[in-house]
Amino acid sequence: MIQSFRENRRLQGFLLILPTLLVMLVMLVLPLTLTVITSFGQRDADGNVIYTFTLENYWRLLGFTETGWDDLYLGILMRSLWLAVQTTVIVILMAYPLAYFIARAPEKRRNFLLFLVLIPLWTNFIIRIYAWVMILRGQGVLNSALGGVAGLLSIPFTPFDFYPSQGAVLVGMVYEFLPFMILPIYTSLEKIEPNLYEAAADLYANAFHTFWRVTVPLSMPGVVAGTILTFVPVIGTFVVSDILGGRQVILVGNLVQRQFLDARNPPFGSAASIILLLMTLALTLYYTRRFGLGEEIAAG
Amino acid sequence: MAEYAVELRNVWKRFPGPGGEVVTAVRDVSLKIADGEFFALLGPSGCGKTTSLRMIAGFELPTEGEVFLHGRPMGRTPPFQRPVNTVFQSYALFPHMTIGENVAFGLQMKKVDRQEVQRRVGEALEMVRLSGYERRKPKQLSGGQQQRIALARALVNRPEVLLLDEPLGALDLKLRKEMQLELKKLQREVGITFIFVTHDQEEALTMSDRIAVMEGGVALQVGDANDIYEHPNCRFVADFIGETNFLDGVVGALEPGKARVDAAGGVSLWAHTPQPVTPGQKVTVTIRPEKMHIRPTATDVNLLSGRVTDVVYIGTDTHYGVTLAGGQTIRVREQNYSAESRLLAREGEPVSVRFAIEAARVLTE
Repeated sequence: MIQSFRENRRLQGFLLILPTLLVMLVMLVLPLTLTVITSFGQRDADGNVIYTFTLENYWRLLGFTETGWDDLYLGILMRSLWLAVQTTVIVILMAYPLAYFIARAPEKRRNFLLFLVLIPLWTNFIIRIYAWVMILRGQGVLNSALGGVAGLLSIPFTPFDFYPSQGAVLVGMVYEFLPFMILPIYTSLEKIEPNLYEAAADLYANAFHTFWRVTVPLSMPGVVAGTILTFVPVIGTFVVSDILGGRQVILVGNLVQRQFLDARNPPFGSAASIILLLMTLALTLYYTRRFGLGEEIAAG
Repeated sequence: MAEYAVELRNVWKRFPGPGGEVVTAVRDVSLKIADGEFFALLGPSGCGKTTSLRMIAGFELPTEGEVFLHGRPMGRTPPFQRPVNTVFQSYALFPHMTIGENVAFGLQMKKVDRQEVQRRVGEALEMVRLSGYERRKPKQLSGGQQQRIALARALVNRPEVLLLDEPLGALDLKLRKEMQLELKKLQREVGITFIFVTHDQEEALTMSDRIAVMEGGVALQVGDANDIYEHPNCRFVADFIGETNFLDGVVGALEPGKARVDAAGGVSLWAHTPQPVTPGQKVTVTIRPEKMHIRPTATDVNLLSGRVTDVVYIGTDTHYGVTLAGGQTIRVREQNYSAESRLLAREGEPVSVRFAIEAARVLTE
């Protein structure tokens, strides 16, 4: 019995992977299956789920209603997508120079600078977003500052309506996800062998060419990882838009949340989740096919 | 004034050390390297040879002194504006580019037109016998192949000077021997000045036209292989290149070009004096093991008595360890050139060690 177990590689492999399989099953497969099943269901008048098979929720999300075409939900999806794209692009543009600066700093100072990047994450997420309300609202810090400057220059000043707005949501998202882009980009920049910069310089490349031909391509793994870490959460989040959008900027995340909690329509909420999931999956797949998983270059 | 491919004129390099102290990596080095020469910077690690090379490449700037390339002072010229190329110890091939892209990089930066780039990349790969590898990535090549690509990537630019920083250090012994000969052949073919950094004295002797032996940031001696081996100018060079014996003593009598040196235990010998010495001066005499004999020869003047302490027979040679009256142990290498070579002495036997005056050199430092 024991002898045969020693020789049975397949059984050994299965047993070794079993704990992971169980975790995946309980944490991923079961909830997802439940969501898929619910998304094909209906709700009764009290908000209980009736398990049947209907595509009604999906049709409604795609805009087909009894009263005709309605792009309300498609609009929400597109708005979420657009916001996620904007956030990711801005975050890359802000994070790259910062990560570059940290990676090129003297070795002793790097840890301190990374520590500074991480400090905000010690404060609760909700509190940090509320802090932005204090900054951006009508009588907030930003308007007071601008007003002060305008007063000094004797320019008439009416406070801007920074908050609540879609712009405020974008600011909050960028702020929130900046560290998640800085860290992977820093890691891949820091891994670049210094003698590759010397080799580029030796082969007549000035700082500009070295940056575009050597630094950027070799740091792409970090950008790809950071993009996934930013884009995927941004597209599904609802807290930032809830607080900084003053409940007027509705994203897919808000839609799902409200269907479950306010509208008491879990089947519709589930269908929205699945659509979001498929959309994210498709984009991530396309993106990683296009730019690699981020490990290809490092692993050769 | 003759123009040299590379000249270092009184070059110093000081770095701030980890504890805030000043570390002097290169001390007042002056070198003149002729066009088309294969020149080696030889020395142990930390002797300043790599720093010297990096100052020629422009990766480091001299603290004092000046580097000239074909007579032009380099001043603060950055590496990408210097007409030299480097083969790095770790090759430093760009991992995200193919072999073809790696080799083409320098030409593209110099804005050479596309067809010309393609033609020269092809030629360069042919030169290092790696044609057809254009589309591979560096990681798909063996160490020896990567080394040759690094060479092709540098030579394709036709630099005025090629700098090589221990380029064979990462290869195994057999491959290293092959590459030594190949590099030398290549250098003859392209006629470009090669400056080569190594800590391996055999490598330096095999490949170079001239060698600078460095230690502690100082270029101790510059000369061809024969010169450095036969006429070392100091104890360090004699010791670093090949095997040798040292006998410490005091100058006794003087004659033109030679001196009697009295060592401990009444051991006394005559030796050649390349530098002037004065009676009573403390000196070291160096004698190569193969220039001493246990079997008698007519020309030998020096005769030292001792006792054999060990005998090592290695086929072509037999090595004898002989302890002299003053307790000094010297090594003698006898070549087994006769048809029936036999041992000339056994362990514990008393012997006489003989050598010519010219075989012994008085070193003052």
